[in-house]
Amino acid sequence: MSVTTIGSIIRGDREVFPPYLYEAYRSTVKRAPKMPLVDVPLTLSELTGPGPGISAVTPEDADLTTNAGTGGEAIGQRIIVTGRVLDEHGAPVPKMLIEVWQANAAGRYLHKRDQWPGPLDPNFLGIGRCLTDEAGVYRFLTIRPGAYPWKNHPNAWRPAHIHFSLLGPSVVSRLITQMYFPDDPLHALDPIFNSVPTEEARRSLIASYAHDVTEPEWALGWRWDIVLRGERSTPFEAPVQREGVR
Amino acid sequence: MMTPKLTTTQTIGPFFRNALLREDAARNVLVGAQTLGEHIRIEGRVLDGDHSPVSDAMVEIWQANSFGRYNHHADTQPALLDSAFTGFGRSGTDDDGNYWFETVKPGAVPFDEERMQAPHIVFTVFSRGLLNHLFTRLYFADEPANEHDPILHLVPTERRVTLLAQREPASAIPTYHFNIVLQGGDETVFFNL
Repeated sequence: MSVTTIGSIIRGDREVFPPYLYEAYRSTVKRAPKMPLVDVPLTLSELTGPGPGISAVTPEDADLTTNAGTGGEAIGQRIIVTGRVLDEHGAPVPKMLIEVWQANAAGRYLHKRDQWPGPLDPNFLGIGRCLTDEAGVYRFLTIRPGAYPWKNHPNAWRPAHIHFSLLGPSVVSRLITQMYFPDDPLHALDPIFNSVPTEEARRSLIASYAHDVTEPEWALGWRWDIVLRGERSTPFEAPVQREGVR
Repeated sequence: MMTPKLTTTQTIGPFFRNALLREDAARNVLVGAQTLGEHIRIEGRVLDGDHSPVSDAMVEIWQANSFGRYNHHADTQPALLDSAFTGFGRSGTDDDGNYWFETVKPGAVPFDEERMQAPHIVFTVFSRGLLNHLFTRLYFADEPANEHDPILHLVPTERRVTLLAQREPASAIPTYHFNIVLQGGDETVFFNL
């Protein structure tokens, strides 16, 4: 661990959300706002939002092992990722669009800017989507993503993760985040993961192995619940001083 | 019931395009021929602290229809719903940081029981290097109602200009220009929502 510069500009609860400037994650240096955010009340404009009806979601969209449409199956450890989407009061959020994207089992994204020599899998696009059901439950079948190298610092590797995007019931509940797997030694070395200010908030990003989700002779189960912001907003001012990773 | 802890944010990273900007997920055009109201185009660039283009950003917008009604159950105003308009848009940025939308100019919407908000569009900005997304608003520079907008009044006077989209003088369809500057002297005003 080395000391990193951590900005004081944070949106939302300072014990939950990362600062915009977290110098150890180099891309923040020129993109983090430097002027104070302007506090405003929530109005009808933020307490409404687009809801689920923006894409036609099919059941096949939630199966990343076959949705490349090649007739072949993605290589890797098959996993089921499921959980509930809740609002800040703990109530389920039904019919909500979740979009996911991830690297393949070798840690390679199907993307022109990912050019490291990890193998591509012709049967894996690494994208999926689904709607939550009436109980707020989502479920994806995919393969466990690999870790991958990036150029943030020498010998930098991102821990295995799945990107999640949730529209939520209103604009203020919009969330884009990443789900991680437990017991990954790369967590301690990853500035993106460690930009999250508290142990508790970092833990909110880690899925749990769920044997009751695991299907015999088929796939391992992981459970990860997601809690979205709503009308209640709890920002408060406090200076931030802490250790970071390079 | 115990209040659950909010799930924190992480950056969108550089590799979201195939998932979030696939053909039926990107939404640059919010309008069809049937959509009521003044059809407008909004275009601009996302720029970083060096004024270099941010070529891997995603910009989402949310707005009321031309009558000032949101297509959402929480909006119970009597203003007309337009079945040909949802009010949600999503654009990527190109190599020069350009994003664009074709939409309608929104109507004024209520602030509270007495006051109205000037026509505006909520902007949400994501990119690699943003650990949390940014919220801002587009207002129309040529709109007299701006003078009494309760949110604009909370913004320091000298910074309000960053929220005003300027109308291009010569364009076939009314076009408003709105840059989003993430950092620097002309940094866009972002809100703590």
